[in-house]
Amino acid sequence: MKTAQRTNEGELIRRILAGETELFHELIRPYERLVYVTIFAILKNETEAEDGAQETMISAFRHLGSFRGDAKFSTWLVTIAMNEARKRLRKGKVAAEDSLDATLEDHDGGDYTPTVLTDWREIPLEALEKKELREKLREAVMNLSEKYREVFVLRDIEELNQEETAAALGINVTLVKVRLHRARMMLQKALVPYLKSEATPRSGFFRRWFA
Amino acid sequence: MKLDCKHVWEHISGYLDHELDPALLEAVEKHLESCEVCSAVLDSTRNVLVLTADDRTYELPVGYSERLHERLSAAIRGETGPRHQ
Repeated sequence: MKTAQRTNEGELIRRILAGETELFHELIRPYERLVYVTIFAILKNETEAEDGAQETMISAFRHLGSFRGDAKFSTWLVTIAMNEARKRLRKGKVAAEDSLDATLEDHDGGDYTPTVLTDWREIPLEALEKKELREKLREAVMNLSEKYREVFVLRDIEELNQEETAAALGINVTLVKVRLHRARMMLQKALVPYLKSEATPRSGFFRRWFA
Repeated sequence: MKLDCKHVWEHISGYLDHELDPALLEAVEKHLESCEVCSAVLDSTRNVLVLTADDRTYELPVGYSERLHERLSAAIRGETGPRHQ
Protein backbone atom coordinates (compact mmCIF):
# COMPACT_ATOMS: atom_id res chain seq x y z
CA MET A 1 0.00 0.00 0.00
CA LYS A 2 2.74 2.39 0.99
CA THR A 3 4.60 1.79 -2.23
CA ALA A 4 1.41 2.25 -4.21
CA GLN A 5 0.70 5.51 -2.41
CA ARG A 6 4.21 6.70 -3.10
CA THR A 7 4.04 5.82 -6.77
CA ASN A 8 0.73 7.60 -6.98
CA GLU A 9 2.23 10.61 -5.26
CA GLY A 10 5.18 10.59 -7.62
CA GLU A 11 2.81 10.55 -10.55
CA LEU A 12 0.71 13.36 -9.04
CA ILE A 13 3.80 15.48 -8.47
CA ARG A 14 4.96 14.90 -12.03
CA ARG A 15 1.59 16.01 -13.41
CA ILE A 16 1.43 19.07 -11.14
CA LEU A 17 4.86 20.14 -12.30
CA ALA A 18 3.76 19.55 -15.87
CA GLY A 19 0.98 22.08 -15.39
CA GLU A 20 -1.99 20.29 -13.83
CA THR A 21 -1.68 22.50 -10.78
CA GLU A 22 -5.20 21.79 -9.46
CA LEU A 23 -4.02 18.29 -8.57
CA PHE A 24 -2.03 19.82 -5.73
CA HIS A 25 -5.23 19.78 -3.66
CA GLU A 26 -5.37 16.04 -4.03
CA LEU A 27 -1.67 15.61 -3.27
CA ILE A 28 -1.82 17.31 0.12
CA ARG A 29 -5.24 16.09 1.28
CA PRO A 30 -3.83 13.12 3.26
CA TYR A 31 -1.47 15.45 5.14
CA GLU A 32 -3.75 18.27 6.24
CA ARG A 33 -3.93 17.00 9.76
CA LEU A 34 -0.23 16.18 9.95
CA VAL A 35 0.77 19.71 9.02
CA TYR A 36 -1.69 21.48 11.31
CA VAL A 37 -1.02 19.33 14.35
CA THR A 38 2.74 19.58 13.91
CA ILE A 39 2.58 23.35 13.99
CA PHE A 40 -0.09 23.53 16.67
CA ALA A 41 1.81 21.27 19.04
CA ILE A 42 4.83 23.53 18.67
CA LEU A 43 2.97 26.83 19.01
CA LYS A 44 -0.20 25.89 20.91
CA ASN A 45 -2.09 28.67 19.21
CA GLU A 46 -4.93 27.76 16.86
CA THR A 47 -4.90 30.87 14.72
CA GLU A 48 -1.13 30.78 14.27
CA ALA A 49 -1.22 27.05 13.56
CA GLU A 50 -3.91 27.37 10.93
CA ASP A 51 -2.18 30.26 9.24
CA GLY A 52 1.12 28.39 9.46
CA ALA A 53 -0.43 25.28 7.94
CA GLN A 54 -1.75 27.32 5.02
CA GLU A 55 1.63 28.94 4.51
CA THR A 56 3.28 25.52 4.64
CA MET A 57 1.06 24.15 1.90
CA ILE A 58 1.53 27.22 -0.29
CA SER A 59 5.26 27.04 0.22
CA ALA A 60 5.19 23.34 -0.67
CA PHE A 61 3.34 24.19 -3.86
CA ARG A 62 5.81 26.88 -4.82
CA HIS A 63 8.82 24.70 -4.13
CA LEU A 64 7.46 21.42 -5.37
CA GLY A 65 10.05 21.45 -8.13
CA SER A 66 12.80 21.10 -5.54
CA PHE A 67 11.25 18.00 -3.98
CA ARG A 68 13.47 14.98 -4.55
CA GLY A 69 11.73 11.68 -4.96
CA ASP A 70 14.26 9.88 -2.76
CA ALA A 71 12.65 11.35 0.37
CA LYS A 72 9.06 10.75 1.37
CA PHE A 73 6.75 13.56 0.44
CA SER A 74 5.29 13.57 3.97
CA THR A 75 8.75 14.00 5.51
CA TRP A 76 9.51 16.84 3.13
CA LEU A 77 6.20 18.47 4.02
CA VAL A 78 6.84 18.07 7.75
CA THR A 79 10.23 19.72 7.34
CA ILE A 80 8.55 22.75 5.82
CA ALA A 81 5.90 22.75 8.56
CA MET A 82 8.58 22.54 11.24
CA ASN A 83 10.46 25.46 9.73
CA GLU A 84 7.26 27.46 9.56
CA ALA A 85 6.58 26.74 13.24
CA ARG A 86 10.15 27.70 14.18
CA LYS A 87 9.91 30.92 12.22
CA ARG A 88 6.75 31.86 14.10
CA LEU A 89 8.34 31.00 17.43
CA ARG A 90 11.29 33.27 16.60
CA LYS A 91 9.01 36.10 15.65
CA GLY A 92 7.74 35.90 19.19
CA LYS A 93 4.17 35.96 18.02
CA VAL A 94 3.55 33.15 20.40
CA ALA A 95 4.79 32.31 23.88
CA ALA A 96 8.46 33.04 24.29
CA GLU A 97 10.70 30.04 24.21
CA ASP A 98 12.03 29.48 27.64
CA SER A 99 12.39 26.44 29.73
CA LEU A 100 14.24 25.36 32.80
CA ASP A 101 15.62 22.30 31.13
CA ALA A 102 16.85 24.18 28.08
CA THR A 103 20.41 24.12 29.28
CA LEU A 104 20.54 20.40 29.93
CA GLU A 105 22.94 18.47 27.80
CA ASP A 106 21.56 15.95 25.39
CA HIS A 107 23.84 13.10 26.23
CA ASP A 108 23.29 12.99 29.97
CA GLY A 109 20.19 10.87 29.39
CA GLY A 110 19.57 9.54 32.87
CA ASP A 111 19.84 12.34 35.37
CA TYR A 112 16.14 12.84 35.97
CA THR A 113 13.86 10.81 38.10
CA PRO A 114 10.43 9.85 36.88
CA THR A 115 7.60 10.47 39.23
CA VAL A 116 6.77 7.26 40.92
CA LEU A 117 3.18 6.84 41.80
CA THR A 118 2.40 3.35 42.64
CA ASP A 119 -1.34 3.91 42.61
CA TRP A 120 -1.26 5.12 39.06
CA ARG A 121 -1.76 1.96 37.19
CA GLU A 122 -5.24 0.95 37.92
CA ILE A 123 -7.54 3.58 36.41
CA PRO A 124 -5.73 5.03 33.43
CA LEU A 125 -8.36 4.07 30.88
CA GLU A 126 -11.05 6.03 32.69
CA ALA A 127 -8.68 8.86 33.44
CA LEU A 128 -7.63 9.04 29.83
CA GLU A 129 -11.20 9.83 28.88
CA LYS A 130 -11.05 13.11 30.77
CA LYS A 131 -10.99 16.18 28.60
CA GLU A 132 -8.97 18.09 31.19
CA LEU A 133 -6.22 15.56 30.98
CA ARG A 134 -5.84 16.12 27.27
CA GLU A 135 -5.48 19.83 27.94
CA LYS A 136 -2.85 19.10 30.57
CA LEU A 137 -0.95 17.02 28.07
CA ARG A 138 -1.05 19.79 25.45
CA GLU A 139 0.23 22.21 28.07
CA ALA A 140 2.97 19.85 29.17
CA VAL A 141 4.09 19.36 25.56
CA MET A 142 4.13 23.12 25.12
CA ASN A 143 6.27 23.46 28.23
CA LEU A 144 8.98 21.18 26.91
CA SER A 145 11.91 23.10 25.57
CA GLU A 146 11.92 23.34 21.84
CA LYS A 147 14.41 20.62 20.99
CA TYR A 148 12.49 18.04 23.02
CA ARG A 149 9.12 19.24 21.84
CA GLU A 150 10.06 18.94 18.18
CA VAL A 151 11.19 15.35 18.53
CA PHE A 152 8.18 14.39 20.61
CA VAL A 153 5.77 15.97 18.14
CA LEU A 154 7.22 14.13 15.17
CA ARG A 155 7.71 10.76 16.85
CA ASP A 156 4.77 10.43 19.18
CA ILE A 157 2.13 12.73 17.73
CA GLU A 158 2.86 12.34 14.05
CA GLU A 159 4.28 8.87 14.47
CA LEU A 160 7.17 9.38 12.09
CA ASN A 161 9.90 6.78 12.52
CA GLN A 162 13.35 7.55 13.95
CA GLU A 163 14.96 8.06 10.54
CA GLU A 164 12.19 10.30 9.23
CA THR A 165 12.28 12.37 12.41
CA ALA A 166 16.04 12.71 12.18
CA ALA A 167 15.78 13.76 8.53
CA ALA A 168 13.04 16.29 9.20
CA LEU A 169 14.98 17.91 12.02
CA GLY A 170 18.44 17.60 10.52
CA ILE A 171 19.83 15.68 13.51
CA ASN A 172 21.08 12.13 13.87
CA VAL A 173 19.04 9.14 15.00
CA THR A 174 20.90 8.78 18.29
CA LEU A 175 19.98 12.32 19.24
CA VAL A 176 16.38 11.64 18.27
CA LYS A 177 16.31 8.71 20.68
CA VAL A 178 17.94 10.61 23.53
CA ARG A 179 15.66 13.61 23.17
CA LEU A 180 12.58 11.47 22.77
CA HIS A 181 13.36 9.58 25.93
CA ARG A 182 13.87 12.78 27.89
CA ALA A 183 10.71 14.31 26.47
CA ARG A 184 8.64 11.29 27.41
CA MET A 185 10.04 11.20 30.93
CA MET A 186 9.38 14.91 31.43
CA LEU A 187 5.82 14.44 30.25
CA GLN A 188 5.36 11.46 32.53
CA LYS A 189 6.53 13.62 35.38
CA ALA A 190 4.26 16.50 34.39
CA LEU A 191 1.14 14.41 33.99
CA VAL A 192 1.27 12.03 36.89
CA PRO A 193 -0.09 14.56 39.42
CA TYR A 194 -3.23 15.06 37.36
CA LEU A 195 -3.88 11.39 37.22
CA LYS A 196 -3.27 10.84 40.87
CA SER A 197 -6.74 11.85 41.99
CA GLU A 198 -8.26 9.71 39.30
CA ALA A 199 -6.53 6.60 40.37
CA THR A 200 -7.46 4.21 43.09
CA PRO A 201 -5.08 1.76 44.65
CA ARG A 202 -5.24 -1.77 43.48
CA SER A 203 -6.65 -3.87 46.25
CA GLY A 204 -3.97 -5.67 48.15
CA PHE A 205 -1.20 -3.72 46.52
CA PHE A 206 -0.70 -1.16 49.25
CA ARG A 207 -0.83 -3.76 51.92
CA ARG A 208 1.90 -5.58 50.12
CA TRP A 209 3.88 -2.43 49.48
CA PHE A 210 3.67 -0.79 52.86
CA ALA A 211 3.38 -3.80 55.10
CA MET B 1 22.70 -8.74 33.76
CA LYS B 2 21.08 -7.26 36.84
CA LEU B 3 19.63 -3.77 36.71
CA ASP B 4 18.61 -1.35 39.40
CA CYS B 5 15.60 0.97 39.06
CA LYS B 6 17.52 3.95 37.80
CA HIS B 7 18.97 1.91 34.96
CA VAL B 8 15.58 0.56 34.04
CA TRP B 9 14.18 4.10 33.80
CA GLU B 10 16.87 4.93 31.27
CA HIS B 11 15.52 2.23 29.01
CA ILE B 12 11.79 2.90 29.33
CA SER B 13 11.63 4.73 26.03
CA GLY B 14 13.65 2.12 24.20
CA TYR B 15 11.51 -0.58 25.75
CA LEU B 16 8.30 1.09 24.55
CA ASP B 17 9.77 1.40 21.06
CA HIS B 18 10.91 -2.26 21.04
CA GLU B 19 14.48 -1.21 20.54
CA LEU B 20 16.32 -3.00 23.32
CA ASP B 21 18.70 -5.75 22.36
CA PRO B 22 17.70 -9.22 23.60
CA ALA B 23 19.99 -9.35 26.64
CA LEU B 24 18.94 -5.92 27.87
CA LEU B 25 15.30 -6.62 27.14
CA GLU B 26 15.45 -9.75 29.23
CA ALA B 27 17.09 -7.90 32.12
CA VAL B 28 14.53 -5.09 31.98
CA GLU B 29 11.62 -7.52 31.86
CA LYS B 30 13.01 -9.51 34.73
CA HIS B 31 13.28 -6.34 36.80
CA LEU B 32 9.78 -5.23 35.85
CA GLU B 33 8.32 -8.54 36.95
CA SER B 34 9.40 -7.95 40.49
CA CYS B 35 9.39 -4.16 40.75
CA GLU B 36 6.04 -2.41 41.17
CA VAL B 37 7.66 1.02 41.08
CA CYS B 38 9.25 0.55 37.69
CA SER B 39 6.12 -1.12 36.36
CA ALA B 40 4.14 1.94 37.40
CA VAL B 41 6.61 4.26 35.69
CA LEU B 42 6.39 2.16 32.56
CA ASP B 43 2.59 2.10 32.62
CA SER B 44 2.29 5.81 33.21
CA THR B 45 4.70 6.60 30.40
CA ARG B 46 2.84 4.26 28.10
CA ASN B 47 -0.39 6.00 29.03
CA VAL B 48 1.08 9.38 28.18
CA LEU B 49 1.74 7.96 24.73
CA VAL B 50 -1.76 6.50 24.45
CA LEU B 51 -3.16 9.89 25.34
CA THR B 52 -0.86 11.58 22.85
CA ALA B 53 -1.97 9.31 20.02
CA ASP B 54 -5.65 9.96 20.82
CA ASP B 55 -7.07 12.04 17.98
CA ARG B 56 -9.09 14.06 20.48
CA THR B 57 -5.93 15.40 22.09
CA TYR B 58 -5.10 17.39 18.98
CA GLU B 59 -8.21 18.36 17.05
CA LEU B 60 -8.54 20.30 13.84
CA PRO B 61 -10.45 23.58 14.00
CA VAL B 62 -13.90 23.47 12.42
CA GLY B 63 -13.70 24.52 8.77
CA TYR B 64 -9.92 24.18 8.66
CA SER B 65 -9.84 22.04 5.54
CA GLU B 66 -12.24 24.29 3.60
CA ARG B 67 -10.25 27.42 4.43
CA LEU B 68 -7.00 25.70 3.55
CA HIS B 69 -8.17 24.64 0.11
CA GLU B 70 -9.72 28.01 -0.54
CA ARG B 71 -6.44 29.74 0.17
CA LEU B 72 -4.55 27.17 -1.87
CA SER B 73 -6.87 27.73 -4.81
CA ALA B 74 -6.15 31.43 -4.66
CA ALA B 75 -2.41 30.77 -4.47
CA ILE B 76 -2.51 28.28 -7.33
CA ARG B 77 -4.53 30.65 -9.51
CA GLY B 78 -2.12 33.44 -8.75
CA GLU B 79 0.88 31.46 -9.89
CA THR B 80 1.97 30.29 -13.27
CA GLY B 81 2.81 27.01 -11.58
CA PRO B 82 5.40 25.64 -9.22
CA ARG B 83 8.90 26.77 -9.98
CA HIS B 84 11.14 24.14 -11.50
CA GLN B 85 14.49 24.01 -9.79
